[in-house]
Amino acid sequence: MESNNLIINLKDISFSYSGDKPVLDNLSFQLLRGDRIGLVGPNGSGKTTLLHVIMGLLRPLSGTIELFGKTAHEEKDFRAIRKKIGLLFQDPDDQLFSPTVLEDVAFGPLNLGKSPEEARDIASQTLVGLDLSGFENRITYKLSGGEKKLVSLATVLAMDPEVLLLDEPTNGLDDETEEKITDILKGLSLSCIFISHNLDFLFETTNRVYAMADGKILLDETLVPHSHVHTHRFGRLPHEHKP
Amino acid sequence: MIEEQFSIGDSFVHNLDPRVKIIVAIIFSVVVAVSTSFSALLPALVVAVILILLAKLPVGKVFYRLLFVNGLILFLWFLLPFTFQGDALFTVGPLVGTKEGVLYVSQITFKSNTILLAMIALLATIPISTLGHAMRQLYVPDKAVHLFLFTYRYIHVIFQEYQRLVNAMRIRGFIPKTNIHTYKSYAYLVGILLVRSYDRAERIHKAMLCRGFTGRYYTLSRFSVRTRDLVYLTVMLAAILGLVMLQWRVTI
Ligand SMILES: Nc1ncnc2c1ncn2[C@@H]1O[C@H](COP(=O)(O)OP(=O)(O)O)[C@@H](O)[C@H]1O
Ligand SMILES: [Mg+2]
Repeated sequence: MESNNLIINLKDISFSYSGDKPVLDNLSFQLLRGDRIGLVGPNGSGKTTLLHVIMGLLRPLSGTIELFGKTAHEEKDFRAIRKKIGLLFQDPDDQLFSPTVLEDVAFGPLNLGKSPEEARDIASQTLVGLDLSGFENRITYKLSGGEKKLVSLATVLAMDPEVLLLDEPTNGLDDETEEKITDILKGLSLSCIFISHNLDFLFETTNRVYAMADGKILLDETLVPHSHVHTHRFGRLPHEHKP
Repeated sequence: MIEEQFSIGDSFVHNLDPRVKIIVAIIFSVVVAVSTSFSALLPALVVAVILILLAKLPVGKVFYRLLFVNGLILFLWFLLPFTFQGDALFTVGPLVGTKEGVLYVSQITFKSNTILLAMIALLATIPISTLGHAMRQLYVPDKAVHLFLFTYRYIHVIFQEYQRLVNAMRIRGFIPKTNIHTYKSYAYLVGILLVRSYDRAERIHKAMLCRGFTGRYYTLSRFSVRTRDLVYLTVMLAAILGLVMLQWRVTI
């Protein structure tokens, strides 16, 4: 294993919001270049928290975070890596804050130091890539739920990240939009972590699925996504089939 | 929630540089607000109406907006004529309406409607986001502009949250009455709304940090002043100067 292939390296991370029950409990996790990892787990198991710790939005109580081979401690360290790691928030209303779609998608590129013209071009191209041409001047708060999700994705992709962290990208989408997002994500050659309750989606877009419970990632219970078309009661829950 | 009824359009006024419109709107309003003579207020109203016509706005909707303000002014009509000292003009029972009072309320009526019409014609015809950027280019402090744009963006989200909460109360049979239970429930509603807004603000800030926000806010918009903007600015400044001369009876 070459060390420069190690993009995210979390060692013994503990985190808690209020000090009582740890949300992340001595968690260790590694993401290598090219890894496509799915993350499942019950509500409240700490999946969102994990992504926010990786981005430096929450500081762990103990443990070390190594990103792109460098240890990240303070805001300054994380600032540099946020250009390389894109996070899609669970609720698109948190992500879209500009009045118009174009401005919101251009926000990231402008922060990266692009000129207004370049940022405008990048934003337009990203929107075209997501089949959202014509959305440029739409008002962000007047978009439908699915459209908001897609535009949020555009705001992240416009920064041209090397790693993509998506927090429940298909939640609340209709089948058609879900298919569209699945196709788009399948086509991206990025390292990624996708949180989802939707195993079909994870099967299509990732090559390994980890389960999270009690503040830990259960490595020994790695689910191997596999294709089998069938329906039965509770078929969406993690389940195994005898060979 | 906030509907930008007038902001989209393709009229002479819509196509003007927003900075020019803001400047004219401010000067015009200030001059109208301090004018006292009807020989200035009447022409000012005419100017405002012309601006509305130039903006090709739906007359019905503009009237509807005026109704609200004039409802308030109607109230003043019942009050001010009787509380002003001066020559008696009419009496209603024991109350004496004075000439000065009536003149004063008439002035207020003229001024309010004129300023409102000018604001609708000049400011409501600018999309809010553009208004924000134009404000920044006119050297309004960045913080004030952010506050303005964020308020616009999230007032809708907070209103939706409010509606969700109200619906949650309704589906469980909540009917407002004048009792402790009602007051308590409303207090919870407001409390939760505040807490949620705070949480929301925090998440938005985090989302901005993730996209490389470092406290500086960049903008895509560049405005350009064209010949028609200059012509418009000149004509409007001349008109306003005219109003000033009418007001203070200056003659050339
Ligand atoms: N801002 C917060 N303040 C306090 N507790 C929180 C906060 N956010 C999440 N939690 C708690 O942390 C736990 C993990 O939450 P989260 O990471 O959002 O789970 P998931 O994304 O897996 O559903 C939950 O028990 C939740 O109640
Ligand atoms: Mg979550």
